[in-house]
Amino acid sequence: MQPVATTFFFYLLAGLAILGGVLVITRRNAVHSALALILTLLSLAGLYLMLYAPFVAGVQIILYAGGIMVLFLFVIMLVSIEKSQKEEQFNKIWLAGLLAAAALGGLLVAVFVKGRDLFPPRMALPPEQSNTQAIAIQLYGNYLFAFEIASLLLLVAIIGAVVMAKRRI
Amino acid sequence: MAPITTIHYLVVAAALFILGVIGVLTRRNVVIVLMSIELILNAVNLNLVAFSRLWGLQGQVFAIFVITDAAAEAAVGLGILIAFFRNKETVNVDEVDLMKW
Repeated sequence: MQPVATTFFFYLLAGLAILGGVLVITRRNAVHSALALILTLLSLAGLYLMLYAPFVAGVQIILYAGGIMVLFLFVIMLVSIEKSQKEEQFNKIWLAGLLAAAALGGLLVAVFVKGRDLFPPRMALPPEQSNTQAIAIQLYGNYLFAFEIASLLLLVAIIGAVVMAKRRI
Repeated sequence: MAPITTIHYLVVAAALFILGVIGVLTRRNVVIVLMSIELILNAVNLNLVAFSRLWGLQGQVFAIFVITDAAAEAAVGLGILIAFFRNKETVNVDEVDLMKW
């Protein structure tokens, strides 16, 4: 099946993602920032679908927007922050932070300008049905060790988070 | 308009990365700093998946691992935040100064 209206959807999704990013770093209310981050995550899932990565898009929606952001919202509820909404939002050295980010932006622009002709212009359309199967073959074949280490990391993170949030150890 | 190439996706990822860096460096609320770190990780993920379109599936496998690690790191970071909030009743980054000289 041929892709339809690629340019329009790319600019729409990219614009929503960047708008969400700007809202995350500028909102006073942390819940508004969390909702803007969910907007960014869902836009990125759409961009992954445009890049023919349906499994990563599904994982992004289920895990990131449906798991991590719910965790963030629960913690925002627990650390009830009405008091922090009335305080100053940006710290004292915000100008140095902006200059550092501008320097990083200049570096990235230089990288893009120099490397503009390194990429082939036309990308072949991969077969659509077998993305999950191909990822599973890679994950349980070549990257089995990394997979097991990731599950060990999750176990350690669970134990650490439970111990740290307990009232009495 | 021009057809969408890889560079378009890389520019979006770079913009998200810079927004996340600005959020980490300038905000005082710890929860928003953690959310800016998640923005940075998502920018890296977009980069990986954009390149995996050109050069094989390894980028997507790596992106799945990055999402897994982001979940673990968010859980631990928020646990630290809760423990800190229980002691000091604030979510201000400037108040984390117990080990300052």
